[in-house]
Amino acid sequence: MNMLRAENSRSILTLGLLSGAFILFTGAVGMIAAFHEREVVDDVISLGQLLLLLAPFATGFVVSDRLRASGTGSLLIISSGVAVGLLTALPTVIMLLFNSDEYRFLLDLTLKLIPFVAATYYAWQQYRIGSDQRLIIGSWLAIVVLIGIVSFSFALIFEIKGDLRSVLPNISRDWVEVVTFDHPKELMTGIATLLLVSAGAGAAGSFMVLVPPIPRQALLYGLGVTLLVGAFGETVRLILQENVDRDTLKQIFRRDTLRQDPALMLFIVSTVAGFLWAMFGQQARQGFANLEPSRRRMVNGVGLLIFAGILLMLPWLIGRTLSDVAVTIGIFVLMGLGLNIAIGLAGLLDLGYVTNYAVGAYILAVLTSIGPLGRLDGVFTFWMVIPVALLAAMCAGFVFAVPVLRMRGDYLAIATLGFGEIIGKLAISDWLKPLIGGAQGVQAIPKPVFFGTELRNPEQLYYIVLVASLVTLFVSIRLNNSRTGRQWMAIREDEDVATAMGIDTARAKLLAFTLSAATGGVAGAIFAAKVGTVFPNSFTVFISINVLSLIIVGGIASNPGIVVGAVVLIGLPELLREFSDFRFLMYGALLVIMMIKRPQGFIPSKLVSHEIRAGVNAKAAAAAAN
Amino acid sequence: MANEKQANGRPKDQGRILEAKGMTKRFSGLVAVDNLDFYIPAGAIASIIGPNGAGKTTFFNCITGFYQIDEGEILFDGARINGKTPDQITRSGISRTFQNIRLFNNMSAIENIMVGQEPHLRSTWIGAILGLPSTRGEDARTEERARELLRFVGLEGKGDMLSKNLSYGDQRRLEIGRALASKPKLILLDEPTAGMNPRETIETTDFIRRLRDEVGITVVLIEHDMRVVMDISEHITVLDYGRKIAEGLPAAIQTNPDVIEAYLGRGAAQASGA
Repeated sequence: MNMLRAENSRSILTLGLLSGAFILFTGAVGMIAAFHEREVVDDVISLGQLLLLLAPFATGFVVSDRLRASGTGSLLIISSGVAVGLLTALPTVIMLLFNSDEYRFLLDLTLKLIPFVAATYYAWQQYRIGSDQRLIIGSWLAIVVLIGIVSFSFALIFEIKGDLRSVLPNISRDWVEVVTFDHPKELMTGIATLLLVSAGAGAAGSFMVLVPPIPRQALLYGLGVTLLVGAFGETVRLILQENVDRDTLKQIFRRDTLRQDPALMLFIVSTVAGFLWAMFGQQARQGFANLEPSRRRMVNGVGLLIFAGILLMLPWLIGRTLSDVAVTIGIFVLMGLGLNIAIGLAGLLDLGYVTNYAVGAYILAVLTSIGPLGRLDGVFTFWMVIPVALLAAMCAGFVFAVPVLRMRGDYLAIATLGFGEIIGKLAISDWLKPLIGGAQGVQAIPKPVFFGTELRNPEQLYYIVLVASLVTLFVSIRLNNSRTGRQWMAIREDEDVATAMGIDTARAKLLAFTLSAATGGVAGAIFAAKVGTVFPNSFTVFISINVLSLIIVGGIASNPGIVVGAVVLIGLPELLREFSDFRFLMYGALLVIMMIKRPQGFIPSKLVSHEIRAGVNAKAAAAAAN
Repeated sequence: MANEKQANGRPKDQGRILEAKGMTKRFSGLVAVDNLDFYIPAGAIASIIGPNGAGKTTFFNCITGFYQIDEGEILFDGARINGKTPDQITRSGISRTFQNIRLFNNMSAIENIMVGQEPHLRSTWIGAILGLPSTRGEDARTEERARELLRFVGLEGKGDMLSKNLSYGDQRRLEIGRALASKPKLILLDEPTAGMNPRETIETTDFIRRLRDEVGITVVLIEHDMRVVMDISEHITVLDYGRKIAEGLPAAIQTNPDVIEAYLGRGAAQASGA
């Protein structure tokens, strides 16, 4: 029996407590209780409980993977998973004890002991390195007093208030119910259940390491698919609703929740599918790579055709509610593609992108509104104003770019952030009130009319967004692979050297800002037409940050990445209402994780290959000559 | 490169391609370049040498417009270039490399060279979006010429690598290739053999000679390796504390007491003089 190495037991301890802190934190901000509202599988597990299980499971997996790499035996690996599970539950258990009436004295005691323990620990350290005795005693007293003031006042607060809710409002009865797995009354039973479940999840995570790769991949795939379908039950039901008859639907879902039997079936099917893919996926890819170029192009073409078909049919496949979400995603894709010209291609960190969005929206609103502020009733239609909004946004982009041309990096970001705020203030100001309505905004914006049909539904508006996005995509691909795109990239990489290459950097940067602004204007105009009203508080700095985040998460300068980023950051919070309260918390967490683990984004941008293409052409030419 | 090749291989001396009169550059009190008069003969391989901090790189930065000079004037091909921006100076026919290699790191090698051709490109963003034939044609020509230049600097087959992933020697070569892409009349190389082993140094020296002989470009280099300097230079300017202390042929420089003093101190100068 081999022993645990010191660094291994340390990693068990740190990672276990880290995942414990994660569980406690998500509970304390109210995420667990809020997620509990959504059942993943009917009567089996809720999203909140899933969170409680996933943390020890994932941590157990990571820890065991490390252990196995250092050659630890299976029994020890499983027990380390159990240990991780218990450690994960530990902070929550302590909080549960503090929260109950019987054991609150523990909190009191802890708070009062903290200063003494901390001071003694510090003094012990000082003693060990052989400090002066007077210094040791002095620092002991100082720490006791300093920490004591804070610690004792907290103790006092809890004594007066009698519960934790005054300080931690989300440590509520709902939270207790979730973390004790519905044993809020019998605290000890609840704690035991929590420890047991968490340890089990940790052990399951470790077990996954011991399973051979192919079944493991299949199992994780099956589990992932089932849980995702369960979590997005409402979305899945909305999609099925369009295509499946009511009775079948009832058998699969109870309201928005996946029933148990279909869940089990889904798990089996997706596991088998995952197994087949794990077994033969490699071969399939190999086979595809070995195909002749012409055949491969054909397969690619068919794939593209299917994809295009799905894009075209999307509103009929997913129904009204989800089409609405799709339109919102599309508007952000549009903005993401636009901002990417400035940030991704030219490296200009523009934090005031909302400016262009607001300009586009207000131009459309004022020119087409049939309400009191629209003095041009019916003269201008949506289609006539779209180019106007585009040009107006380009003008705004140009005007705001001129003063910041000499700024770089952080300074540019701060200056553009300021411009974004200025636009918000202008929109709400009394000065412009006669024109754009101040805080009341502009109302009664008519829907676009297409050959006599009013495009009133999201299913119809979807096509406007789709076309606009495709046009933008086309333009940005063309630009990326052109002289202009290379000028921008050179400026992004090293502005001084770019100048030394003969690039007029001022001109190139102005162009980047201006073109980047254009799609923001179109997105704003579409948004205004979709909503029908335009308010100043729709145009906050959060729009700019959303767009920036989706670019970073998806992959800077990567067009598919931007689409994925928009779906993840804009679509998911719309689909899971529980998420939306924690949207910015999750943005922050996601950005931090991405920056550490995958700074290039979900789908990194690809390099345009010039030599390889030339080589292929040369081979083709040689073949033709023969 | 064929179009630039001169018929008789080595170009004739056509006078002074670059000339400065009374050039002065100050950094808040510190005089980095002090009332400097110098010239570079057309078609020559010229070197600027001098001890550390003598103002050599500042001198390059003044010529290429990175710094604006405080006094004096700089003439290139008889036309004043001081007061112009770096991109205008590059367009007039001077290009340079940097002491610490400054490539566009996240662009491929071939893209670096394509950017280098900037002064000769005419296509616009509108042309790129619409896919006009003229733009496509120019892009194809740019790519073709970039591939030729890659071959010329010995980087064939490495064009699709990110320039930051190239080896040190390849990066130096790529930087020269990028500088050549603008079809300059004068190229300024800032320590082209820094950090190279003896074999690479010899290769680079040969390469610089080829540049002048085959392509007909006037070359000015800053260099610390005296063997390189004495081997290939036809004209040497020695700077110390921002002033010119000597100028002329390598043989004359080697025995110049002021130069020896600047490099080795007064005692050495006296010893060699005695």
